[in-house]
Amino acid sequence: MSNDIAILGVGMHPWGKWGNNFVEYGVHAARAAIADAGIDWKDVGFVSGAATMRNGYPGYVAGATFAQALGWQGAEVNTSYAACASGSQALAAARTKILSGECEVALVVGADTTPKGFLAPAKGYRPEDPDWVRFYLGITNPTYFALYARRRMDVYGDTEEDFGLVKVKNSEHGFTNPNARYKKKFTLDDVAQSAMVADPLRLLNVCATSDGGAAMIVCSMDYAKKMGKGDAVKVAAISTVTPTFASEVVEMPDISTDSAAAAGVEAHRFRASLPVKAYEEAGIGPEDVSVAEVYDLSSALELDWYEDLQFCKRGEAAQLVREGVTKLGGRLPVNTSGGLACFGEAVPAQALAQVCELTWQLRGQAGDRQVDNAKVGITANQGLFGHGSSVIVKR
Amino acid sequence: MSAKPVNAAIEGWHTLNTDKPQLLGSRCDSCGTYYFPKMLKYCRNPGCDSSDFSEVPLSRTGKIWSYTNACYKPPEPFVADDPFVPYAIAAVELAEEQMIVLGQVIKGVDVDQLKVGMDVELVLETLHETEEDTKVTWKWKPVA
Repeated sequence: MSNDIAILGVGMHPWGKWGNNFVEYGVHAARAAIADAGIDWKDVGFVSGAATMRNGYPGYVAGATFAQALGWQGAEVNTSYAACASGSQALAAARTKILSGECEVALVVGADTTPKGFLAPAKGYRPEDPDWVRFYLGITNPTYFALYARRRMDVYGDTEEDFGLVKVKNSEHGFTNPNARYKKKFTLDDVAQSAMVADPLRLLNVCATSDGGAAMIVCSMDYAKKMGKGDAVKVAAISTVTPTFASEVVEMPDISTDSAAAAGVEAHRFRASLPVKAYEEAGIGPEDVSVAEVYDLSSALELDWYEDLQFCKRGEAAQLVREGVTKLGGRLPVNTSGGLACFGEAVPAQALAQVCELTWQLRGQAGDRQVDNAKVGITANQGLFGHGSSVIVKR
Repeated sequence: MSAKPVNAAIEGWHTLNTDKPQLLGSRCDSCGTYYFPKMLKYCRNPGCDSSDFSEVPLSRTGKIWSYTNACYKPPEPFVADDPFVPYAIAAVELAEEQMIVLGQVIKGVDVDQLKVGMDVELVLETLHETEEDTKVTWKWKPVA
């Protein structure tokens, strides 16, 4: 039996920095997805929201918050929180509900608004909180991404210019995207002239935080056929696996990794395990992928993803960006939306925004960003506390 | 410089001897998994359900896994010098423990003097001063 569900509609609120109530972004995205699907809001039987942690109680119960804002109509609700993978977990909840036959049509929605300045931890002396510890010792978010970037340089021979090429590529991709926040074609020189934040990462190599909202209408294949949309883009796989002990790479906000000293324990790379389950579930391999959306929290991290997604051997990712393979017009375009480089991160909306972009690509509706004959798309992202996801969509 | 008392910035996480200081971690009595910060309640190895641990000092030398620096002042609770002085940070692999531990690199050593695979040792250095005492923490220092 097929585990596919259909994506009937997608919608987004543009990314930006306005500081408005997150609910208005979510409602805008949800209404766009409902209109795109050609259904009535009252046809939705399940609302699956991705939570935001920065907006008090309405954010913790985002599913209900959006359902109320769109007008209570008796649908069941759910709220998922999984850091950067929140949107994918909300999508997974909707898929389970649909495949079990409990509902035919679901709305999946995530939105966020961002406070100004640093997200600093609570005050006091709190050594039991790893987030407090690392800030006290002077270790910030860019530290972790810079450690990964520097390791690429020393071990694989990547250069600062390679990271710059990723930024230049993504800024060209996002230039015409109406939903992107930053629309400027940056040059290698712009990147090299920007301030060093955490060596080797400069300001234009790291992503900002943004406001934004993204939503999808998903349904059973039977319902899609009934709607005359049996050829809709399908969700073929959702992977939300957790790491396997011992985790090899030091992850935010920890100051140490697991120890792999016990007998029978090996070190594992979490990021690389995410797409493995997705490929297995979809029954396809990296060679089948036409387009990918990956989490470029830093432009160097995008290169790590190429290897984790098995687009090339470990250590060879920089070659792909140097040769233009991952640029629009290349063999395997990555981050055609412009990625986080052009969006900035809106945590609960971001994983859904990745799927929205792939849906437009597979429908042939991506305008100037269109990848020729896109048939299979994959997303990848990773967040705090062992959360991450990879979603495969196909035509 | 005053003759203020010297205390650990985070109490109990390392020894205070200035000669050869060590991080204080723990080790599972059953499977041998190391922990830093120390864990004394439940073993996180999925193949082990032990709740017996011993406090152990960790290796005080290791190899650099990667490194970077902080060019901008971090937010609180970090206590910055005024004016802010950038510092390097290293992620260091401990061979015996098979784990990586982050820490600042000693003052005066920047990224251009570091390399993946370089041998480093643990030393204590001031993190910041308070009115009552000098708070020290562990930092990594390249082995000459």
